[in-house]
Amino acid sequence: MFKKTLWLSLALALGMVLTAQAKEWKTVRIGTEGAYPPWNATDANGNLVGAEIDLGRELCKRMQVECTFVAQDWDGIIPALQQGKYDAIIAGMSITPERQEVINFSQGYMTDGASFITAKGSDLDSSSFPEKINLDRMSANEKAAIDRLVEVLDGKTIGVQSATIHANFVEKYLTGSTMRTYQTQDDLNLDMASGRIDAALADTGAFEEFLESDSGQSLTFAGPRMSGDVFGAGVGIGLRKSDTDLLGLFNKAIDSVRADGTLSRISNQWFGKDISM
Amino acid sequence: MNWDLMSSSLPKILGGLGETLQLVGMSLLLGFFLALALALLRVYGGSLATQLVKSYVFVFRGTPLLVQIFLIYFGLGQVEWIRESWLWILLREPYWCAVLALTLNTGAYASEIFRGALQGVPHGQIEAALAFGMSPLQRFRRVLLPQATRIALPAYGNEMILMVKASSLASTITLMEMTGVARSIIAKTYAPIEIFIVAGALYLVLNFLVTRLVAWLEQRLAPE
Amino acid sequence: MEKLAFGPNGWGDEMLLAMLMTLAVSVCSLLLGTVIGTLLAWVKLSGPRVLRWLANGYTTLIRGVPELLIIYLLFFGGNGAVMFVASIFGHEGYIEVPAFAIGVVAVGLISGAYSTEVIRGAVQAVSKGQLEAAHAIGMPRMTLFSRVLVPQTARLALPGMGNVWQLTLKDTALISVTGLVELMRQAYVASGSERSPFLFYSTAAVLFLVLTSLSERGFVRAERWANRGASRT
Repeated sequence: MFKKTLWLSLALALGMVLTAQAKEWKTVRIGTEGAYPPWNATDANGNLVGAEIDLGRELCKRMQVECTFVAQDWDGIIPALQQGKYDAIIAGMSITPERQEVINFSQGYMTDGASFITAKGSDLDSSSFPEKINLDRMSANEKAAIDRLVEVLDGKTIGVQSATIHANFVEKYLTGSTMRTYQTQDDLNLDMASGRIDAALADTGAFEEFLESDSGQSLTFAGPRMSGDVFGAGVGIGLRKSDTDLLGLFNKAIDSVRADGTLSRISNQWFGKDISM
Repeated sequence: MNWDLMSSSLPKILGGLGETLQLVGMSLLLGFFLALALALLRVYGGSLATQLVKSYVFVFRGTPLLVQIFLIYFGLGQVEWIRESWLWILLREPYWCAVLALTLNTGAYASEIFRGALQGVPHGQIEAALAFGMSPLQRFRRVLLPQATRIALPAYGNEMILMVKASSLASTITLMEMTGVARSIIAKTYAPIEIFIVAGALYLVLNFLVTRLVAWLEQRLAPE
Repeated sequence: MEKLAFGPNGWGDEMLLAMLMTLAVSVCSLLLGTVIGTLLAWVKLSGPRVLRWLANGYTTLIRGVPELLIIYLLFFGGNGAVMFVASIFGHEGYIEVPAFAIGVVAVGLISGAYSTEVIRGAVQAVSKGQLEAAHAIGMPRMTLFSRVLVPQTARLALPGMGNVWQLTLKDTALISVTGLVELMRQAYVASGSERSPFLFYSTAAVLFLVLTSLSERGFVRAERWANRGASRT
């Protein structure tokens, strides 16, 4: 009789402890930049649109939670997460060791590779490079290509968005170049179009729409499409370190959208190609 | 409060001091002469000159500096014929865009200070100089200039401090002066409060030194 | 130019709404700043030494640090500060401090520092003779305050406060960095979307000029009214 009561109360206590730990996620607020098409953008009416908005909605459906999106400027996006303004960052944010020191990441869901754009006929455009280079796995040929890249860009001005993996690349590899950092992709594009900088570096997809616009007519992709090393391990969802349960929920949801092809579908719809991971 | 981060960011932010001083120095220098020219035009020029100067001052004192900076940097950069003219050699560089904006701005405010100073010299002194038979140049050098300087100096000292503060806006167009460096550190460390406190403290020290400099100048140029 | 049109395709209505937001932030900030300025002016004139020292520290700080930094600090720290205070009272969890509030507090604190000096100077400029006369005829302190000091101070502070208002109006443009959609921010969003920075920043400049010139006229009239009956010395 006593043993039964003991086990019962232990089970009860354990149950209480377990439910006290696991937060009941009913709504999830997702923070995004809203200025980085086709990942995330703001349309003329002020609504958030883009691949990640669609993806976010899909994930929330799988997780059976209600989600709302919150727009936040890029340079405050991680501090705002830590303060609790939202619960997850889905904003084309690459998984890097630097960021992992302060936040957790889900598994990567998309990866695009970084590319340069430059004026047609510029030095960078005139040199030839391999189409793709993964900095973690370089052949001797590719290593030489990177050296050539550094040489061609020596003394040139390269524009990047601040606090990005692209800024990290320029800092680490292009030591002979001058780096200009911009608050938004748009500002970067503007200065590239007006010729203030010799080249700009960002996610390949982020440049595509710009190159098709009027102001992008005189510009072109150049150099190799790069991944690996400072470019991180793909784009993932940023979460507070303490929300390990939410991390599990998101990872499961990502597995789900990958398995049934939704992830590839969203990617094709917004990027014109499958960049899912 | 991450004290380690604060102390390690101090030398880095100080690295931006050079750029800050260059911006402030160049703008004050160019702005000084612009303001002087405008003030003289306003006080001694005809009605057309007065109207033009008044309009100029109205526009530059009536709009925020941030709008002026963005208009000059991004706005002018969009204009086709500017990009193809010789102006582009200057306007291509964010440094000169910032200097231009700051100069035009301080030119407007300082011209009012100088105007007030010129008009504030007691007329009795000018009459006395006339009675003495001084030539216009002598009048200017011996009576008007020293008296006007005495009146203008405190207000102009204030303007110098406003310029130091205004230079922080140059960080919005990619310039790495102290605020720009601070923001780049924050981008890596995600500790905005600590870094901005360090930057703020540095500006306080800088402005304190400027105040001391102006006080010294007041002693030298206008001893009581 | 059709980009400035009203309706769904043009940005005209957004820009005008943003201008109203600028006005709203400015007015609230000025009110806050005037309250701060009055309090601190009193402290600086007749407060205990410790408070006077604090008030001086405050005005020195605000006048020596770039407004952009002050706004950034309040933007990044404001939320945390409010939540910290709330947690003392037992409230856990996130509190969304509206961007409007942060903007008003930030610009209000800035304009408060300048208002302090204006009001203090105005109080000190009130003719001692008037105060002595009122005292001599046995006017009670409260009446002296409301019938003599306050009206005279208001009259003398008006030009300086006009300057503070212009300053406040322009400082609200810096709040754009917090994401609040006032005039500068709206121009930024529109010019990014339409790739027409020249058009939209010029428009923003013109709209600011409208605000500042109307304000200036308003203050000139107010000064004229306030100075009615005051003899020209």
